[in-house]
Amino acid sequence: MIGNFLDQFWSLTFGGLSLGFIYILIALGYTMVYGVLRMINFANSEVFMVATFATIIIVRDVYKFTQTSEYATGFQLWLILGTALLASMAVAGILSVLIELIAYRRLRRMNSGVLAPLISAIGVSMVLAETMRILTDSRPVASPRAMEKKFIGKFFDADIRLDNTIIIVAAIILLLLLLTFVNKTRLGKAIRAVSMNPNASKLMGINIDGVVSITFLVGGLMTGAAGFFYVLKYENSSFSIGFELGIAAFTAAILGGIGNIKGAFYGGLSLGLLETYASFFLGTQWKAVTVFTILVVVLYTKPNGLFGEALTQTRA
Amino acid sequence: MINLRDKGAEIWEKANRPQRVIMAICFIAMAASLPFMGGTILNTPIADYESVLVFPVAMFVLMAIGLNIVIGKSGLLDLGYVAFFAIGAYTMGLLGTRTSLNTWEILPIGIAMAMFSGIILGVPALKLRGDYLAIITLGFGEIVRIVALNLGTLGRSEGILGIPTPPPVFGIEFTFDSHRIYYWTLLIIILLAIWMVRRLSVRRAGRAWESIRQDEDAAELMGVPTFKYKVWAFVLGASVGGAAGVFYASKTLFIAPDNFTLQISILILACVVFGGMGNIWGVIAGAVILGYLPDRIRFLSDARLLVFGLVLVIMMNLRPDGLLPRKKREKALPSKEKS
Repeated sequence: MIGNFLDQFWSLTFGGLSLGFIYILIALGYTMVYGVLRMINFANSEVFMVATFATIIIVRDVYKFTQTSEYATGFQLWLILGTALLASMAVAGILSVLIELIAYRRLRRMNSGVLAPLISAIGVSMVLAETMRILTDSRPVASPRAMEKKFIGKFFDADIRLDNTIIIVAAIILLLLLLTFVNKTRLGKAIRAVSMNPNASKLMGINIDGVVSITFLVGGLMTGAAGFFYVLKYENSSFSIGFELGIAAFTAAILGGIGNIKGAFYGGLSLGLLETYASFFLGTQWKAVTVFTILVVVLYTKPNGLFGEALTQTRA
Repeated sequence: MINLRDKGAEIWEKANRPQRVIMAICFIAMAASLPFMGGTILNTPIADYESVLVFPVAMFVLMAIGLNIVIGKSGLLDLGYVAFFAIGAYTMGLLGTRTSLNTWEILPIGIAMAMFSGIILGVPALKLRGDYLAIITLGFGEIVRIVALNLGTLGRSEGILGIPTPPPVFGIEFTFDSHRIYYWTLLIIILLAIWMVRRLSVRRAGRAWESIRQDEDAAELMGVPTFKYKVWAFVLGASVGGAAGVFYASKTLFIAPDNFTLQISILILACVVFGGMGNIWGVIAGAVILGYLPDRIRFLSDARLLVFGLVLVIMMNLRPDGLLPRKKREKALPSKEKS
């Protein structure tokens, strides 16, 4: 067992890293919203699920790929990947903003505590999942393979697969863009201000509703990118994937300390790796249990996350 | 908006004892006579009317009463309520097929198992804030299902087959298709649960839950042992869920992990929210309506969960107190200005 593990260590690590980056991007959907509103964006998991379908539709219906067609190469490949990524991000971003309008805005105005928006968001995610279930006849949908998953190099014994590499590189670029946006631009500054103190920033003339919408948009964009990467890696989707991935990404956000971007990064990476190693030893059917156990242990022992600042302090 | 709850309470409070007894008897008689309405407008087009009354309607009512103790009374959002239902059902399944115990003997064991798991989950989880609690309980519900799906002794995805029906009581036989008998038995369990909740609500426990729901910090400062009462609410809610589970397994004769998905938790949550959190009559009305309508109206039965999701969103936004809201004096004060 251990010998096998050491043999496969590097290939597991690469798989875990690319899974980790998918988690990071979904976790950002939770963490950005939590940072500003101090609320769990429960419907984020279903936004991710819808984004995976957006990717599949682009590849299958817009570019007319089928299971048997030839792989795209060169410029055409990058064009396809680019449009699919942008489309998923756009769909997820818009959906996220709509969810904020429908499920949160009114309740936020009424100042109705923690439970009401949470229940309302559960309702929205239920509606999204059910709509997709009815549209797909409760069946998983396979995505046609537009890109050949060739090996582009070797690291120790592990083959480095093209799709994993694309995921890691593209995710890092997206994260850098996000960090620049939050730290360097005026809007980013407004987001940080609202997350520190909503009332004071209102007094300073910041349009709170606008900032909240932007936050949902950014969180949605990141989650949408994750949807694209997921399809690139696993080449299928189903109406029910939102729940499992969503809980895992939420765990990642908590693990790193929810509400800050760095936390999502470390949390996502550690969870992706931990989960991949754990499923090697225990079998993939216990994957979800591993994730939940980590979540419970973290929340119980270090509710502010491993890398997070104490939320109670920033809040007070 | 008209507050039916307060109207009802007014009539009840003005009545003297014999009048109250008569009202209660009328109400119970009305509920008990429902199985005879099969030929009327109430008939369901797809499923058998009397079996609809047992599951989902009566079962939903029972579970909604249990969940209401947790969500409505003490304001703790539990998204994994199905776990207790599953634990009750699997206790019945395992003991019923492996040992010679009958349903009535297993019922207390099932309830005890559910309560015990309530403690195991509650003691660590209830130290957390509301929204974290929701996620933890959600995870717990899934863990129970995944364990049932992967453990050989629990039958994996095939579940447990051939669970015995309850033995006859006073000469009344419980056969597979005697839905009426099951319905009336459930009605008795429901009445017991209502009685338990009503007794508790007016005593120390009820007042403690009330204060926890309105402002936990203030309650703690006033000397309410909040943690203890939160665990109590959780465990009592679990016990009702466990009882429902035992009875469900004994009725359907066969259980599988697929019967205990997250959706059930959400459905019950929708019943509680729709009816009116915290008001037991509202919750019962909500569970009856949401359990019954999808079977009555054909196009609803395909998109049941879709409708339930919409119900959650719309109710929360337009009528957050539900169909029959709780008494005015019990309403939480508007939450404190943030930060």
